[in-house]
Amino acid sequence: MARPSITKKGGPDAASGDARREAIRRRELRLKEQARQARRVRSLITPEGAALNLKIATASERAGAFLLDFALQIMAIIASVWIIALAFSSMGFEGWVIAGSVSAVVVFLLRNFYFIFFEIGRKAATPGKRALGLRVAARNGGRLTANAVLARNFMRELEVFLPLSLLLMTAEDEVSGWIRLLGIAWTGVFVLFPLFNRDKLRVGDLIAGTIVIHAPRTKLKQDITSPTPFSRGSTYQFTEAELDTYGIHELHVLEDVLRQSTKEIKARVAERIRGKIGREKGEGEDDVAFLEAYYAALRARLEQKMLFGERKVDKFDTGN
Amino acid sequence: MNDRVMKSYRFREERQDDWTRLDQIVTRAEKRGVRALSDEEMTALPALYRQAVSSLSMARSISLDQNVLAYLETLCARAYFFVYGTRVSIGRRIAQYFRRDWPASVSAALWPTVLAALCLFGGAALAFFLCMQDMEWYWTFHQGWDSRNPDASVEHLRETLYTEDTDIADMLAAFAAQLFSHNSGIAIFAFALGFCFGMPTAILLIYNGVYLGSFYAVFWDKGLGFELTGWLLIHGVTELFAIVLAGAAGFMIGGAVAFPGTKSRMQSMRDAGNEAALVIIGAVLMLFIAALLEGFGRQLINSDVTRYVIAVSTLAFWLAYFYWPRQRPEETR
Repeated sequence: MARPSITKKGGPDAASGDARREAIRRRELRLKEQARQARRVRSLITPEGAALNLKIATASERAGAFLLDFALQIMAIIASVWIIALAFSSMGFEGWVIAGSVSAVVVFLLRNFYFIFFEIGRKAATPGKRALGLRVAARNGGRLTANAVLARNFMRELEVFLPLSLLLMTAEDEVSGWIRLLGIAWTGVFVLFPLFNRDKLRVGDLIAGTIVIHAPRTKLKQDITSPTPFSRGSTYQFTEAELDTYGIHELHVLEDVLRQSTKEIKARVAERIRGKIGREKGEGEDDVAFLEAYYAALRARLEQKMLFGERKVDKFDTGN
Repeated sequence: MNDRVMKSYRFREERQDDWTRLDQIVTRAEKRGVRALSDEEMTALPALYRQAVSSLSMARSISLDQNVLAYLETLCARAYFFVYGTRVSIGRRIAQYFRRDWPASVSAALWPTVLAALCLFGGAALAFFLCMQDMEWYWTFHQGWDSRNPDASVEHLRETLYTEDTDIADMLAAFAAQLFSHNSGIAIFAFALGFCFGMPTAILLIYNGVYLGSFYAVFWDKGLGFELTGWLLIHGVTELFAIVLAGAAGFMIGGAVAFPGTKSRMQSMRDAGNEAALVIIGAVLMLFIAALLEGFGRQLINSDVTRYVIAVSTLAFWLAYFYWPRQRPEETR
């Protein structure tokens, strides 16, 4: 990847120099972010020999999914206890005792089997994981066995319920206070374990040989271009110099703008591009049509170059 | 060829229908299982999957359309997990677990089981003999809140062993209390802490044994040994067996970490973890059964002889179920 070459230094107009420095700083941040994202990707070679790029779920996504599941469990418990209490309350005191016991059974089942039930299922994800686009997979790319799901979820006892019960435990004297503190520090190792390894594995994943990946469903949207983008929009002819102004990153930004931004933003972007390539806005020219035409031309040009093994990463990439 | 036509557009146009078809099939399968697919779809699936995978590799080198790339990436991953995923329905999996996997995994873990039993009953025997020599030892192991301590009268102790009038509410309450008892917690932690070379597992088992042994000594000292054994073992056979098996699962993992042999430590732990999971879920089921026996059986049955009969027959059942040699049916996963 070519480093940006800073040709203008200070120069006659300091304002444009500042803007350029700012742009370069932003580019560096972006590249750093890209490298960080790339570190999340694990490629899995399928038996067909193709590489699938699977993205590891981040620790915060996992924590979010867990909190969602935990909230769901608690809601389920409250709802069921309420229903059970209503059903038995007519029996007086004895009814309440029975209601308490039946709810204890519900809690037992939920605590032990909620995660297992959903992860053994076809989507290999609990509702919380599904909401965040996560799923459990076997680390070696093979099939996820029920045994692995069982193993990873029984470790949860250690990672969640032990620290929780230690937190709720009351310390009567100084000694038990210290013991409690030590216990919390020790279980903290398990709780924070996912933060300290590359694959964001928790202890349960380690034992079961599983991994949690981020694979949200994506919809296939309409292609922005048409098969023959240049015959129809004959009003727009771009020279090579005009198209070489931008690279792949800008193309992708333009794609996002065309797909999901408002009319005002599109107009501003069109203005920006016209300014950059030195074009005047024609009489009654439609901004969206201009952007689409420019997108198509730019993409055709960059794809052409890519076929010759030349990836122009962004507008700073001059290929040397 | 007309070079005014965009290659990536053509590429997409030609394959798009197949992608959406694959997407539909996979979505349906994810929602309603393999059985929701028609024969036609089943036969089309492998070809569609392979085509999508090759589309993905091609798209990476010719297309700059982010949306197409992201779509293909997730579509292929989903299809991959489906095509190479597990096919056994959950019902069959459960049936297979009881028929084969559970007894097989328990009998395969014979030595860890023996070790766990030694820890538990060794601790119990130690505490029992210590207490028999000097009852003061009891207070080392127990807090004062239990009324069943060395200072209690024989009558009081005998009373705690039998239930005069029971109703369904009491039984349910006892059952529920048992589910969250000290012992079921011990069982799970004995497994979960196994990977620290099995040390915490051993400590937990010995500690639990000591607790049990000193409790036993109190009753033995008052001449209630026979009655207590019946009271304890009606559900205790199942419960203690479950704890021993959970400890064995912990030792399996601990042993795999400490002595990985020719495998890598990670691989060894992973293999042992998958085996031990079968043992531990069985132990949880046994704890559930023990809770039923304690909640209902012990409250309803007040005759010592019947209690002993139940204890012996549950022991015979578990031993036969786990260790009786049997034929291995063909492998299905």
